[in-house]
Amino acid sequence: MPAAASVRSALESAFRSAALGGIAALVLAVPLVGLETLDTPQGLGIAMRWDWVAKAVAIIVLGRLIIALWPAIPGTHLRIWVGVGLVTFIAIAADWWNGRPFRVDRLVAGLAVGLVLQAIVALRARFQSRNGREAVRSPAAIRLDRWLAVALIVCAALLPLTPLADRYIIDLGTTILIYVMLGWGLNVVVGLAGLLDLGYVAFYAVGAYSFALLARDFGLTFWECLPLAGFFAAMFGVLLGFPVLRLRGDYLAIVTLGFGEMIRIVLINFQAYTGGPNGVRSIPRPTFFGHPFTDFPEDGQVPFHQLFGIEYATFHRIAFLYYVILGLAALTFLFTERIRRLPVGRAWEALREDEVAARALGINPTNTKLTAFAIGAMFGGFAGAFFATRQGFISPESFTFIESAMVLAIVVLGGMGSQVGVAIAAVVLVVLPELGRGSVAALPGMFPEPAATVVRVALGLLPDFGIDLDLGRIRMLLFGGAMIAIMIWKPRGLLSRRDPSVALKVPVRAASGAGGQ
Amino acid sequence: MSAPLLSVEHLTMRFGGLTAIDDLSLTADRGKITAIIGPNGAGKTTVFNCLTGFYKPSVGRLALNHEGGEFLLERMDDFRITQQARVARTFQNIRLFPGMTVVENLVVAQHNKLMRASGFTALGLIGWPSHRRAERAAIELAHGWLERIGLVDRANDEAGSLPYGDQRRLEIARAMCTDPVLLCLDEPAAGLNPRESAELNTLLRDMAAREGIGILLIEHDMSVVMGVSDRVIVLDYGRKISDGTPLEVRSDPAVIRAYLGEDYAAGAGA
Repeated sequence: MPAAASVRSALESAFRSAALGGIAALVLAVPLVGLETLDTPQGLGIAMRWDWVAKAVAIIVLGRLIIALWPAIPGTHLRIWVGVGLVTFIAIAADWWNGRPFRVDRLVAGLAVGLVLQAIVALRARFQSRNGREAVRSPAAIRLDRWLAVALIVCAALLPLTPLADRYIIDLGTTILIYVMLGWGLNVVVGLAGLLDLGYVAFYAVGAYSFALLARDFGLTFWECLPLAGFFAAMFGVLLGFPVLRLRGDYLAIVTLGFGEMIRIVLINFQAYTGGPNGVRSIPRPTFFGHPFTDFPEDGQVPFHQLFGIEYATFHRIAFLYYVILGLAALTFLFTERIRRLPVGRAWEALREDEVAARALGINPTNTKLTAFAIGAMFGGFAGAFFATRQGFISPESFTFIESAMVLAIVVLGGMGSQVGVAIAAVVLVVLPELGRGSVAALPGMFPEPAATVVRVALGLLPDFGIDLDLGRIRMLLFGGAMIAIMIWKPRGLLSRRDPSVALKVPVRAASGAGGQ
Repeated sequence: MSAPLLSVEHLTMRFGGLTAIDDLSLTADRGKITAIIGPNGAGKTTVFNCLTGFYKPSVGRLALNHEGGEFLLERMDDFRITQQARVARTFQNIRLFPGMTVVENLVVAQHNKLMRASGFTALGLIGWPSHRRAERAAIELAHGWLERIGLVDRANDEAGSLPYGDQRRLEIARAMCTDPVLLCLDEPAAGLNPRESAELNTLLRDMAAREGIGILLIEHDMSVVMGVSDRVIVLDYGRKISDGTPLEVRSDPAVIRAYLGEDYAAGAGA
């Protein structure tokens, strides 16, 4: 009896929530989608689209019903199959409704996706039960992480040599790596030191213009300018740091936001020097240590392809740029990973956790915060110099607030303070909008072969409502949806776990201590 | 014995029209535990905030003497007071770094020592031996303190996940890791059960004897105050109304009046 009663009450509350959702949807849908403006001979007319309203309400009611009943389904595995079954059913029903023939591949897709999900859940459960939740991970887990990182770096390094590397892929990889590097740089300021910086793009701009102007006016090369760009950006970091030392949270965010805009506006208005809105043109392209990537070298220069005795190809330059940013990003990773475990890194985290307590322990907040600003800015400057040489042309338009927001989103979604999380978030946030270029039907073609088949099979689950889903038109919607999804399921970022900077090896020490006595 | 470790002379702290501390003079010695007690709002924590540089006193001279020389605390920044004058403190409402592990909390406290050893980060980045040695020593020191406060098995857990009593002891150990000569404890026994506060008594006596530091103690728990203090100073409305051994203070009519009211004091006197 109690079981039956609880089922009845669950059903009751589910239907009540569905009904309430339906009423709210009706109220919202009538003005939002129900009204259609018509161009009549008398002027602007209005017609009602009751069918649209009905569809919207039906979707909301069914959706609420499913969400409300979802927790009542016992067991994760059953939930997977109910969910997949529902989607498959909708896809098949949509075919039938539109008078199209029945497609077996929809059933296959449902089965495949369900099995994969079940496998993932099973693996995760096993992994979690073995790993537990202790703050210090087992040496095996850390070793696994290290191997994973090495494997990823090797894959990244070999990518241009594989047949699937075309211009587009390598360009995309370069863009991702720029954002990874910016993310790691900003992570020092936001993730470790806890200083919310909304104007990070300013340092990116300082780095880019440092290189562009030094190259234009003094003829310095990229490799000579790179350290200078980092240095100038770091100086600007200190310049920003000084006035904001006493600010925290919202107030700090506002001032840094203003600083970012100031740099951009100065760049626009300091026409005599920066070229204003026209930007800086013909920034020297990178050379392979003095050997340019060109088919028509100037007198006395040996181009790259002659140096190695190979055919000229534009791909060489793109691959070289890719390797440069890969190296810079690796440098950033090693540097930040190392400094986090040094006293200054721990002091950053202490200031983030509790500034008053940190001061009471003798930590100088001024120096510590300025170091964080300077180091974060320095990596922004490096990335900026690289950006300038890659584009060959820069203008203030490349350094708008949206760039700061993008980098900040990468840091926050990645999990504040987590290096690997930041890298994953950068990949997701750069690739996601790229996937949206083109229609759904073209989606499998954007992946290399084994992945393409997977995507093709999974797409069998997508209901066909007779609308051509042009992803290009909804790509920013997907982008926003993905960000919201991450914040719902992973509110502390994709990888929120923090590895302690030092650990006390308790068991080892206890054993040796006992032996010594 | 020449000058006392700490000598406070004519300390006055005004907030607008309110005088929180009024012409207070006191001293504290090495190896001794000096308790400051008084009713709520008597200005006890304000004394600590003046000593540790969180407030700048309106009037007064706060002199601290140790091997490194004489330091006038009223002229120093809060973090320099810990760094150079070697005064450490804990807080009434515990202020650990909750997201960092227990052992990290203790290593952060050795920041200045480690910064020098890591060549202000430059040497640390290239893994210079002096830095590695210093870090090992820092972990060793932290380990020693964890053994003394009985938290070795929680060393790698997040500090925020510890029970209240453990957090209190960890905060004391963290303050001790800054290598102080004067330790200011703001209500260390608040929220502890009788067994924990007895353990705290032992720890405090032990620290005063072994490390030879001076301890200033604000406390409401009379079992702690009477059990461990060498000297008790009683404040009321920012003024010192009594100063002496626990026994002397306990029978001082002025103290009874401040704590229990005029009538009770008259009754007890009669």
